[in-house]
Amino acid sequence: MHTILAKKQLSPNVTRLDVLAPRIAEIKKPGQFVILRAREGDERIPLTIADADPTQGTIALVIQAVGKSTREIVAMEVCDAIRDISGPLGHPTELISSGRALCVGGGVGTAVVHPIAKALHAQGVQVTSVIGGRAKEWVIFEEELNRLGEVIVCTDDGSHGRKGFVTDAAKEVLEAGGIDVVYAVGPVPMMRAVANLTRPFGVHTIVSLNPVMVDGTGMCGGCRVDVGGETKFACVDGPEFDGHQVDFDLLADRLQTYREFEQRANACADGQCRIRR
Amino acid sequence: MSTISAKERMQIARQLMPEQEGLQRSGNFKEVNLGFSEQLAVLEAQRCLQCKDAKCIRGCPVQVNIPRFIQFITNGDLAGAAKSLASDNALPCISGRVCPQEEQCEGSCIRGAKGQPVAIGYLERFVADWALNQGSAAQEEAPAPTGKKVAVIGAGPAGLTAAGELAKKGHDVTIYEALHKPGGVLVYGIPEFRLPKKIVAAEVDRLTKAGVKIECNVVIGRTYTIPELQAQFDALFIANGAGLPVFMNVPGENFKGVYAANEYLTRVNLMEAYDAESANTPVLIGQRVAVVGGGNVAMDAVRTAKRLGAEKAMIVYRRTKEEMPARAEEIHHAAQEGVDFQLLVAPLEVVGDEKRWVTGLKCQRMELGEPDASGRRKPQPVAGSEFVLDCDVVVVAIGTKSNPLLTATCPELKLNKWGNIETDENGMTSLPGVFAGGDIVRGAATVILAMGDGKNAAQAIDRYLKTA
Ligand SMILES: Cc1cc2nc3c(=O)[nH]c(=O)nc-3n(C[C@H](O)[C@H](O)[C@H](O)COP(=O)(O)OP(=O)(O)OC[C@H]3O[C@@H](n4cnc5c(N)ncnc54)[C@H](O)[C@@H]3O)c2cc1C
Ligand SMILES: Cc1cc2nc3c(=O)[nH]c(=O)nc-3n(C[C@H](O)[C@H](O)[C@H](O)COP(=O)(O)OP(=O)(O)OC[C@H]3O[C@@H](n4cnc5c(N)ncnc54)[C@H](O)[C@@H]3O)c2cc1C
Ligand code: SF4
Ligand code: SF4
Ligand code: FES
Repeated sequence: MHTILAKKQLSPNVTRLDVLAPRIAEIKKPGQFVILRAREGDERIPLTIADADPTQGTIALVIQAVGKSTREIVAMEVCDAIRDISGPLGHPTELISSGRALCVGGGVGTAVVHPIAKALHAQGVQVTSVIGGRAKEWVIFEEELNRLGEVIVCTDDGSHGRKGFVTDAAKEVLEAGGIDVVYAVGPVPMMRAVANLTRPFGVHTIVSLNPVMVDGTGMCGGCRVDVGGETKFACVDGPEFDGHQVDFDLLADRLQTYREFEQRANACADGQCRIRR
Repeated sequence: MSTISAKERMQIARQLMPEQEGLQRSGNFKEVNLGFSEQLAVLEAQRCLQCKDAKCIRGCPVQVNIPRFIQFITNGDLAGAAKSLASDNALPCISGRVCPQEEQCEGSCIRGAKGQPVAIGYLERFVADWALNQGSAAQEEAPAPTGKKVAVIGAGPAGLTAAGELAKKGHDVTIYEALHKPGGVLVYGIPEFRLPKKIVAAEVDRLTKAGVKIECNVVIGRTYTIPELQAQFDALFIANGAGLPVFMNVPGENFKGVYAANEYLTRVNLMEAYDAESANTPVLIGQRVAVVGGGNVAMDAVRTAKRLGAEKAMIVYRRTKEEMPARAEEIHHAAQEGVDFQLLVAPLEVVGDEKRWVTGLKCQRMELGEPDASGRRKPQPVAGSEFVLDCDVVVVAIGTKSNPLLTATCPELKLNKWGNIETDENGMTSLPGVFAGGDIVRGAATVILAMGDGKNAAQAIDRYLKTA
């Protein structure tokens, strides 16, 4: 059992939970994730380890409530306990040891980019972050990233920072030159746009993929993605890959599996349900 | 001793396993085989000729003393039968249900030469279930602790068996399991209707009562490494199975609606999607489901599809029923449940609509050519025989490979060219004190072989710990 020690609302639909998981807190590396099951009978949900405090034995999970399971997780309170947490899973981020890095975070992806930026900074890499959200209240981890280097905030409505997409700001940073590597985490369309943006600049671009997962150990094949024409299992081969090689269309499409099916089933005149959950 | 003559024995026909009726059961996930009554069991037991040179024993991978436990049944001494069986086989409730008996014990039974072999599997299951229902039978005396610590990696049949044997010898055993529930394939792969979860749970319970510690959600290679475990334990047993799905490598395989059997079965079994009321994990319910393959995994997937509500559940297999590697009983049960067998058919491509949902499986008819080196007749395509099988879900069940997650993080472990761990005759790997067994050593094999490996390794580990 993993007790929740702290809970904080970061944006209208993003919540941070600090959860007791001493072993994982001790050894986790940036880019790694856990799979948790909140209660008996629940779904297994993959979540990135956003931060860790080895002395307290806690890991931080930053969760965007998008569906039933994530809504139930963020409804848990301090002192409640999460039943199962498995990890740390996945390969740690490939970190450069010197030079300049551009970290691009969109929405909850900013929480995933933050530990990467932190680790880069600790190695002496110069970090520039470009982060975005719908509006001011949706921007997360700005303060934390500010401690690590320059931060450019973009909002769709211009209520905070610049008005526009993260890609616009990222483009300017790239044009200014000197960037050795780009780390981009966010919604699939954003990662695709960043990869397309950096390609002509020839800058190595690492993205973190979030396909549907079940076991997280390479056993089920559900998390398969296409990278450079080869099938990879994101849970064990990733979750981070070379953004210039990823088939984002396939990823976006497979992420629709249960959503579309549910909608289709709901629309079904005879009411016969074609999905079980 | 029972007093019937050999002639009378020969006249008893093989007793049939009472089972749920085919069409009724294809609508539920309850166990298909209902089990022998004591009366049926005694009748069946009387068919055994108590051979001096019992061929059946040699057919069993763990050499269960079959005539001995059967004799106890004939005498009505079920406790004796249970004790006899338990001394040879740690998990008889499971092997009695899932062993390919027709190739093993029953395949070697002398009575099979003319007529039907003794139903050894059903008898084994009968005795084991009886013992399970007696509750914790005579509590064995706790062995004196040896002070030695052993880590077991993976809680499948190999790991569970090894842990039980090691605990019996007084060692301090911890099992590390990657998933949230112990059992391995027994809980995530083999469905409820063939092996009820409560049987595996009872076995796990027995182990924990015997002092075995089970830590779930621990992925060796990630949470801990092999060298870290070596530093903390006196010996290790690696039994992490062969769970890496093989895909067909055909176009369209990533369309929505294509599952590897492991994912399909895991969603339904481990994640309990079969229980529509309480399940949180979704699974696609196809109206027409095509399952590619002919082994136990394929049969489990296709029968699961039927139970989830498919109007048509199909097996697509490129040879004939005779070549199918599945247990004979499973093929028979699948047919009874209305599964459609598309035989001598090989998939070429998954067909999808504009939104990349599966709409069919493009296939090709095959014919059997000359026998190859292995004696199996090799299927060859029939020119111009392509056709599309309409379906909305495709399940790929064409095998598994060894999962590199653990081995990749321990390069000192010697592997063969398929990525399986190499072991010596004692089950020891290239690392001293590190043993391995089950599917990670053999490639996808059977439950009983995995259990046998677990038992042998436990004995070898015990010897190793005494000399180390
Ligand atoms: C390696 C990895 C790391 C992740 N890290 C984080 C994290 O740090 N914080 C966070 O909030 N989320 C993270 N996710 C995504 C998170 O796992 C999903 O949002 C969650 O599984 C959705 O479950 P649900 O039952 O609440 O929603 P569902 O009801 O299953 O789905 C609701 C909606 O979300 C979409 N969806 C389903 N699964 C995913 C998925 N894996 N990724 C994106 N969209 C999905 C569906 O298509 C649907 O539109 C990560 C995913 C992966 C694979
Ligand atoms: C659907 C299906 C049906 C089958 N039907 C039959 C049948 O009828 N009869 C028969 O004899 N055989 C059958 N088999 C084969 C049989 O189940 C296997 O041969 C047997 O389970 C192998 O046992 P094992 O202990 O080696 O591995 P597994 O049962 O695979 O167990 C390995 C365990 O290790 C865990 N693990 C993996 N990696 C790690 C890690 N890095 N760290 C910690 N834990 C880890 C896994 O989660 C799993 O719990 C079937 C297989 C399948 C998939
Ligand atoms: S363990 Fe399997 S092969 Fe051996 S006697 Fe029992 S059912 Fe037969
Ligand atoms: S070979 Fe058949 S008849 Fe002979 S002892 Fe074994 S089970 Fe009995
Ligand atoms: S989640 Fe099952 S293989 Fe990756």
